[in-house]
Amino acid sequence: MIEIEGITKRYGETTVVRDVSLTIAPRTVTVIVGTSGSGKTTLLRMINRLVEPTSGKIRLDGEDNRSLPGYELRRRIGYAIQGHGLFPHRTVAQNIATVPTLLGWDRARIDAKVAELLTLFQLDPAAFGPRYPHELSGGQQQRVGVARALAAEPKVLLMDEPFGALDPIIRAKAQDDLLAIQKHFETTIVLVTHDMEEAFHLADRIAVMDKGEVVQYATPAEMLVKPATGFVESLIGAGERPFRLLAIEAVASAVEPGTAEGEAISSAASQREALSTLLWSGRKALPVVGPDGVLLGKVSLDGLAQRAAGRS
Amino acid sequence: MLRLPNLFRLLALTVLIAFLVQPQWFEPLLRPLVQENAPAIYNQGSLLQLTLLHLRTVAIATAGATVVALALAILVTRTSGAEFLPLSRSLVNIGQTFPPVAVLALAVPIFGFGEKPTLIALFLYGLLPIFENALTGLTTLPQSIMEAARGTGMTGRQRLLKIELPLAMPVILAGIRLSVVISLATATIGSTVAARTLGEVIIAGLQSNNLAFVVQGGLIVAVLAVLIHDALQAAERSLGSRMGR
Ligand SMILES: Nc1ncnc2c1ncn2[C@@H]1O[C@H](COP(=O)(O)OP(=O)(O)O)[C@@H](O)[C@H]1O
Ligand SMILES: [Mg+2]
Repeated sequence: MIEIEGITKRYGETTVVRDVSLTIAPRTVTVIVGTSGSGKTTLLRMINRLVEPTSGKIRLDGEDNRSLPGYELRRRIGYAIQGHGLFPHRTVAQNIATVPTLLGWDRARIDAKVAELLTLFQLDPAAFGPRYPHELSGGQQQRVGVARALAAEPKVLLMDEPFGALDPIIRAKAQDDLLAIQKHFETTIVLVTHDMEEAFHLADRIAVMDKGEVVQYATPAEMLVKPATGFVESLIGAGERPFRLLAIEAVASAVEPGTAEGEAISSAASQREALSTLLWSGRKALPVVGPDGVLLGKVSLDGLAQRAAGRS
Repeated sequence: MLRLPNLFRLLALTVLIAFLVQPQWFEPLLRPLVQENAPAIYNQGSLLQLTLLHLRTVAIATAGATVVALALAILVTRTSGAEFLPLSRSLVNIGQTFPPVAVLALAVPIFGFGEKPTLIALFLYGLLPIFENALTGLTTLPQSIMEAARGTGMTGRQRLLKIELPLAMPVILAGIRLSVVISLATATIGSTVAARTLGEVIIAGLQSNNLAFVVQGGLIVAVLAVLIHDALQAAERSLGSRMGR
């Protein structure tokens, strides 16, 4: 658990982060969004004390983050940034081994961890371990950057626009991989982005920042149904709202009794996919099947329209 | 890899060694440069020994300049030492602008004739290129790499030794190379105050109006400079290419 209490950061006269309080539950993904210059990076970097706050307090699992030296704190917290920041003079394996080496793990344990992470990120350890970062593609470099951040099995992973430099297709894949890895290691992730699509895709909770303040901290669904301010509303994009609402929910929660004609849709698909299939095939309703292929009911155009309008 | 430039370097090295070990072999080549009866090959000492002493003087002076210039550059690029930057810059610049001959003239009354005044002159003269290059190398490291180094929990010292110095090394080496080449040539003037360098050969040639001496002294220094320059440059390249530059 991360408890941020009344955190403020000033540079001279300008207040960059103003009196922010957030409680981040363990094993969740929290996304900080906002326009450029709204203080997202500064807020994130105060968690691992790359930036020292002017006032306020941050506790990790109940412990003040100033109770140990900054460098020791940072060895316990994963940190991944845009442009990955890999060390160009060290191999992929050496890069991933950075924090375990600093912590003094023995050779065998480090090697095993490097191999485990490379495999998890779909990179063959024998082929990629000895390479230098410049011998990798952008997507591979980004994966190694995240692997390095996770190497010492941190409970908390901070990510600052980690997918910012990737093209859309690799980006979507990287986001899905991140969610899988978050489940695997049960990491608490705090991720900064200015991409709303990414925020809604990844977040359990979203914190919207505007001029240094957190103007709303809520689940994606709450935020879509009840944006706290005009700024949040404009950030979500009025035209996108209904679709975002459908995109974050699975078909399973929109199942109605009864049945329909034609090809069925999986209950695990998003409601947005269901809507898209309905519109494209010109039908009024689709049969819904569970993971085991059992018919669960139907999902209808009318039902989805109600949900898209936030009325269910 | 024996491509043409490397073949040429190997040849230059072979000829140089042959000349230092068996100068008599080259006598016919130098003979046209001198009058009847005058010696065509330096005969007041061993060329090999003078060359080794010359190299030793340059090596000691450059090593000293490297240690001091690098230490200064590291100091002024730490947050705690940033205020010393202007002072260090002026000191190092004075070292460069003060002519080595003047340094010799001032140092002789204090340290006497011999190698010491030359070492001091070369040391001062060699500081600037190393200092400026180290400064450039240490201050132009990519922001994202420095942030990642801090983010992984490296201490200031670990960042310096594991990240900053290795990454800046090609640029630092380039400064050392520049300094070595300048010192190799400048060391010859040390012989005016009785330091044992290849300058002896050139000065002997000037005093006895022997063009062959001047040419052989000059050529040995020039070939040494070219070979050492190339070797250091190759080292920089192999370091740089590993990092994908
Ligand atoms: N070290 C610093 N000194 C002065 N101002 C800074 C510093 N770091 C950030 N800022 C300012 O703080 C504001 C917020 O920056 P940042 O947290 O990076 O925003 P974001 O990540 O949301 O784009 C910006 O206006 C930026 O110029
Ligand atoms: Mg930012």
